[in-house]
Amino acid sequence: MHEPEQAPPFEIVAREDFSDVTYLLEIRHPLMAKAAKPGQFVIVMAHEHGERIPLTIADFDRDKGTITLVIQAVGKTTREMQQICRVGTRLYGMVGPMGLPSHLGGAKKVVCVGGGLGVAPIFPQARGFKESGAYVIGIVGFRSKSLIFWEKKFRSVCDELIVCTDDGSAGLKGLVTLGIKAAIDKHSDIDEVVAIGPPIMMKACAEATRPHKIKTTVSLNPVMVDGTGMCGGCRVKIGEKTMFACVDGPDFDGHKVDFDDLMARLKRYAEEEKKALEKWQETCRLSGLVPAPSRASAGAPPA
Amino acid sequence: MAKKKTIRTIPQERTPIREQPPAERVRNFSEVACGYRLEDAMREAERCLLCPDPACVKGCPVSIDIPGFIRKILDKDARGAYDVITDTNLLPAVCGRVCPQENQCEGVCPVGESLEPVAIGRLERWVGDTAIAERWSNLPYIEPSGFKVGIVGSGPAGMACAADMAKAGCEVIVYEAFHQPGGVLRYGIPDFRLPNEVIDAEVANLVKLGVKFECNTLVGRLFTIEQMIDEMGFDAVFIGTGAGYPSFMGIPGESLSGVLSANELLTRCNLMRARDFPSYDTPLELGRRVAVIGSGNTAMDAMRVSLRLGAEKVYCIYRRTRAECPARAEEIHHAEEEGIEFHWLTTPIEILDDGKGSARGMRCIRMELGEPDESGRRRPVPVVGSEHEFECDLIVFAIGTNANPIIGQTSKIRLNRWGYIEADETLATSMAGVFAGGDIVTGAATVIEAMGAGRKAARSMKAYLGLRDTDVVYLPPRKGQEGKAFGIDLAERNFVRVRVA
Repeated sequence: MHEPEQAPPFEIVAREDFSDVTYLLEIRHPLMAKAAKPGQFVIVMAHEHGERIPLTIADFDRDKGTITLVIQAVGKTTREMQQICRVGTRLYGMVGPMGLPSHLGGAKKVVCVGGGLGVAPIFPQARGFKESGAYVIGIVGFRSKSLIFWEKKFRSVCDELIVCTDDGSAGLKGLVTLGIKAAIDKHSDIDEVVAIGPPIMMKACAEATRPHKIKTTVSLNPVMVDGTGMCGGCRVKIGEKTMFACVDGPDFDGHKVDFDDLMARLKRYAEEEKKALEKWQETCRLSGLVPAPSRASAGAPPA
Repeated sequence: MAKKKTIRTIPQERTPIREQPPAERVRNFSEVACGYRLEDAMREAERCLLCPDPACVKGCPVSIDIPGFIRKILDKDARGAYDVITDTNLLPAVCGRVCPQENQCEGVCPVGESLEPVAIGRLERWVGDTAIAERWSNLPYIEPSGFKVGIVGSGPAGMACAADMAKAGCEVIVYEAFHQPGGVLRYGIPDFRLPNEVIDAEVANLVKLGVKFECNTLVGRLFTIEQMIDEMGFDAVFIGTGAGYPSFMGIPGESLSGVLSANELLTRCNLMRARDFPSYDTPLELGRRVAVIGSGNTAMDAMRVSLRLGAEKVYCIYRRTRAECPARAEEIHHAEEEGIEFHWLTTPIEILDDGKGSARGMRCIRMELGEPDESGRRRPVPVVGSEHEFECDLIVFAIGTNANPIIGQTSKIRLNRWGYIEADETLATSMAGVFAGGDIVTGAATVIEAMGAGRKAARSMKAYLGLRDTDVVYLPPRKGQEGKAFGIDLAERNFVRVRVA
């Protein structure tokens, strides 16, 4: 039944560039669009020699049969994809939706926090909470005004939206934790905070809510290979337990996550990643292509 | 036939297999054992006594007619030998390489009582390789049955089940989560033991039978087992997802950089081709001194892969002794030849940090063997005061796996208390029309056992669908009414065709 629908597989049907490092890809996969739930992720392979990279699903459209990914060009693969993924081309592979869907029921008032690469994936969660009848306070963080995207989209599903920028060019000047503080000060009855972003940001969010004993959920994105529980590369420390983010997560209780361990493990392949990026840039230079700007701080988390 | 062979008249020495010399092969990923040539196979086939009541057939999980195919080799009829094997085993080139024959067919070979047993595995491999080289494939006449069968997982269990169901005329779709089919054959077993071309050839054979492979499909999450039966029109489903989920020991320091599971090391190296980084994008941590914990086949693979990736020294750390070592004899032998250093009766209790977040070694303790445990093996117990430091910079855990949780998380299928799928002796699960086999039912086992389970499940599936068991079709024709009742083969065990006139 799904074969005719699926062909051609993994075709990129839309692309939008939010900045010189952040871009959106909309990929045709009707079956996955039907199955996807907030909080889940996919693993993408750009080409046959590519690596498998996990990306949180930023949106899914069941009617159009598409999956939306918002990607930050930070490493070799994501920069290469920025260059080669044009509308009409296809990915070599995309598998998912992976991971346990987020638990959205029960909360009456929630704060959804997204920063850096976490802004897009927090959207389906905010929408999911809204659909389940919760009062949703959105907090999104960017480096500056020019990098803001999806503000309208967030406003359509949030009862309140707090925009934070590092330089104060829009909304609150400061980190998303400032937004959390403002939300907690204003609302004493927050049931849950959901935070997605770089580990350092999620750690700060968890620390901001800990004194108030507000349930805090974070979405972890460690290094993975298969995404099906088979390699154990994505193991994370949750309290006393070791769990695999791909099948036991990616959502975990932010107050129990060992973020320092997570951040250390994310650096496992730092040297190789650097080597791969340099080699790729050299290849681009030799072949006369202009690689994406090499801005080490590009896309740095607002924290 | 000529004079009857006896143990005295056959060639006494087992025909050696040509191998790459250890010093050379540790620098490449080409196959270690080069396989028999025709003359080697002929000579080794001579050693088979062609027992009338062959023990080897009973020792084989899929009951290959071993004397049958050896007789064909003696007749210089390689094609005939291939036909005999493929009656029961789809993947001779794979099984000849990866089966633990010493515990199966070769373990019960009567020749082995006084000499080395007949090298059945090497002969099987020769037949399989010849078939690949000659592009043989056996396509039986298939009459469409109108049933649609879904197979979850393209590893050995799924492939074996798919082949049988395709032969029974079913439309078969195999779903694989990775981007290439083959399961553990592809990501786990390294090229020097099972070259990718062999897997490709076997997959191609299935495709010729009409089996469809759909990669990049994570069953459970993209659609559930329930959806396959209720909405997608599958009449029966086989789950062969493997065990997956690698175990760690839970000792301090396991999350340090330089500590990983054998699954991760092997997947990066084999499937993702990290050994060709940066031509391929997937990186791999390289160790100068690699310690692999465990001593099963996966551990041997991890050690030998590490050597080929350029490690100076590779150690095997095992808490029992060589006698309890679960790997195939040939793998241990090859590992020893290649210079792996074995540390028996040793176990790590802590992984040491170099101060920069990477492993610099382990704190180990010596063990001694105590009373036998549930598995019948003597339980290792720590020796008090035997703690010592062990220097290494890459630590690989190959101490087994747990059940993969995805199917359990996403369906109502009944699991046992360890999370494996509960199946009865026919491999039927708690859901009607859904069968399961391989590691996801039994826990970690071997390729041939998984294939045996896949075939067993196929038999049950055919019974469930009311299909004649095609195994019967492959039996040689019998004379007259022997073994028949009312003109129907007794082996069919199914008398629905009997009509009272």
